[in-house]
Amino acid sequence: MTGALEFGGLTKRYGTVTVLSDVSLRLEPGRVHALMGENGAGKSTLIKLIAGVMPSDTLTLRRDGAEIPLRSAADAAAAGFRVIHQELNLVLQLSVAENILLGQPMPRRLGLLVDWPELTRRATAALAELGVTTLDVTQQAGALASGDRMLVKIASALVRSKGEAPPCLYVLDEPTAALSDFEAEKLFTVIARLKAQGAAILYVSHRLAEVMRICDDVTVLRNGQHITTTPLNATTKEEVILHMTGRKLVDGYPPRTEAIGDGMVCQIKNLCSPALSGLTFNLRRGEVLGISGLAGAGQTDVLRLFLGLERPVSGQITLDGAPLPRSPAEAWARGVAYVPRERRSQGLMMQMGSRSNTLLPHYTGLRARMADERRRTAALAASVSLKSSGPEQPVWQLSGGNQQKVVFGRALAGKPRLLLLDEPTRGVDVGAKFEIYRLVRALSAQGCAVLLSSSDLPELLGLCDRILVLQGGRQSAILDPADLAPNDLLNAFYGPTQGTEAS
Amino acid sequence: MIPVLRQMGTLLGLLLIVLFFTIQLPDTFLTARNLINVSQQISMLAVVAFTMTVVMVMTDFDLSVGSVASLAGILAAILFAQGFPVWVGVVAALAIGIAGGMVNGFLVAVVGILPFVATLGTLTIFSGLAFFISGGKTIFGRDIPKAFSEFSRGGVPLDVLGLETIKLPYLSLVALAVLVIVWVMLEHTTYGRRLYAIGGNIEAARLAGIKVQRLRLSAFAVTGLGAAVAGLMYASRVASANPTQGAGLMLDAIAAVFLGMTMGKQGEPRVLATLVGVLILGILDNGLTQMQVDSYVREMLVGTIVIAAVSTSSLGRRA
Repeated sequence: MTGALEFGGLTKRYGTVTVLSDVSLRLEPGRVHALMGENGAGKSTLIKLIAGVMPSDTLTLRRDGAEIPLRSAADAAAAGFRVIHQELNLVLQLSVAENILLGQPMPRRLGLLVDWPELTRRATAALAELGVTTLDVTQQAGALASGDRMLVKIASALVRSKGEAPPCLYVLDEPTAALSDFEAEKLFTVIARLKAQGAAILYVSHRLAEVMRICDDVTVLRNGQHITTTPLNATTKEEVILHMTGRKLVDGYPPRTEAIGDGMVCQIKNLCSPALSGLTFNLRRGEVLGISGLAGAGQTDVLRLFLGLERPVSGQITLDGAPLPRSPAEAWARGVAYVPRERRSQGLMMQMGSRSNTLLPHYTGLRARMADERRRTAALAASVSLKSSGPEQPVWQLSGGNQQKVVFGRALAGKPRLLLLDEPTRGVDVGAKFEIYRLVRALSAQGCAVLLSSSDLPELLGLCDRILVLQGGRQSAILDPADLAPNDLLNAFYGPTQGTEAS
Repeated sequence: MIPVLRQMGTLLGLLLIVLFFTIQLPDTFLTARNLINVSQQISMLAVVAFTMTVVMVMTDFDLSVGSVASLAGILAAILFAQGFPVWVGVVAALAIGIAGGMVNGFLVAVVGILPFVATLGTLTIFSGLAFFISGGKTIFGRDIPKAFSEFSRGGVPLDVLGLETIKLPYLSLVALAVLVIVWVMLEHTTYGRRLYAIGGNIEAARLAGIKVQRLRLSAFAVTGLGAAVAGLMYASRVASANPTQGAGLMLDAIAAVFLGMTMGKQGEPRVLATLVGVLILGILDNGLTQMQVDSYVREMLVGTIVIAAVSTSSLGRRA
């Protein structure tokens, strides 16, 4: 196997702003190297430099002391680098096999017709290399769950044409952000295999627990500066957080300060809908109810119910004494606020500023009052500690955590009675996460009821007053988190009806 | 600096075009009479382009505006020929414009067909309908009331400005009024802001409680109404109506909005930028005609300019 990769002079400036300042990185074959830092620390920029998609004058790359050119994406591919980006860019209309071999010359017959059996064989072989043998490669990629999509993406990184050197470096950017714990386990097995084959792996994640578990070394960035590189067995979780934030973070979750109110926000008895069954719970003012289960057990459907996107078929349901809203417009008008799972596709107008994005559901009257809107946006930005250059800065220029704060700002702007959160801290750094927990607590203290769907088990246990467990769309339990550990919760997901779980 | 240059590139292009014609046609181009004339020539295109901007803000578009304009003009003319008063014809024409736009809006927003397919379909339907109700004939001469055709010949005298013999045509004033209305609507009302939000991310807008269907439907109705206004203006100007006379409006209107979009910060349509697009097309037409450039050459030139402007803008954006 080849030797260590040494990157030097990783620098990126935009005008006078330095986003990455002369960072060096040494990646050893057969080791998983974690790259950590808060949003805006320069991780994404570093990845882009390594992938060769961002030009750099100062970048140097050596392997065994010999210099290798890295000026373009083609150079990176030739060097054996494979970058798997955060967003899973599969072509949903094509088959899994085609996606795996995308970018490769298609196997052909007579030089013209696609050799489908050969295509299927190669794709299956690539998946088998990852130890995945149960995936039908002829189905459309759009039919896959997000965990399987990740595996397809990795499999496609494995594929190489004849004569090409085997991949020597995999860069995984937040690979578990969209995965359930179960799917993440599958991914970790795959990573262990790649590692055993002698590849270097650069692993970018916000999830400290999994980094501690699967990584060998860690490099921490802060504000574009290299802070430390150390083997993980020589450091602690607390130390890593300290390096990332530059301050001591109070570990854990802000405690509940106000008692749950007496007033009832919603009462649900025996609700059935096309996706859900047997839903029975009450929600009181200020209460935080967790919605949990394996990926796709119906968590999102529960939230959609309150947005009017899903209709109950039977059961008794009241929200503030009235039937459920019948459209998102009615829901917002009645004080239901929603933080969607996919902030890019479902949450934000990426080209617009925080002003338009936060106030959108709350426009009243016909006249647009610009000065008033600016004032309100500024107040909201302060209350969610948003870092931006102003209310008109397009949100695509903001970091993931700050984008999420814009989505939260929108929810807060209407003084909601019921807040629906779908994976609110996904792809968000530790600092921003804590801000979001603080906001949830503050809202709950003002009497706003919260439904929190999350795949982050400690988060559920730390924030929720009760946790509703779903299995295949059916309510299987409501648990009190006080005496639960993450393992107990995970066990409840599988529960006694594990065998019938449809995935 | 570079982004500013990119945004202003199209405006710069307009100035260069004006400069070019001023040099080439020193006596006839940059005169009050000719400029007033240009304002009248572009007025119909302007109305269609301004209202087209309303749907394009939502990243939709409407291919049927030309047929709607023809249909509105011919409907008014038929009613005139049957002896109805002018206002009846005008109201009926505007109503059919709104109705046509709502059909488009219904297909796009409620049924969920792509705007390209939906409005391509209605383009042929409305065009067929215009032929059907007119029997394919041109309605002209005594059938068109004087009061109707005189409108386009009248104007506001500009004596105060020292321009004794020149009048600011009513048609230009109509275009100006539509510009102001659309500008206020898009830039200064919550209605317009919601349309831009839909254009930014339709799914996010829906989940944020925007009544996407209703807004999209109403925006298409506005575009249909604009097309009908343009159809009436056209019929008044030529004092006749035939079932194909609006046909040329659609491509030019979309081209004008695209030209304008090169000036948007994020490449979004703005109605004042659409005005620049309309002016580029209109002034080119006027100047090249005066220079007696063949109309086929003119068409090729217009197409080239649209593509060149949009390419430079998107190349500039990438860097």
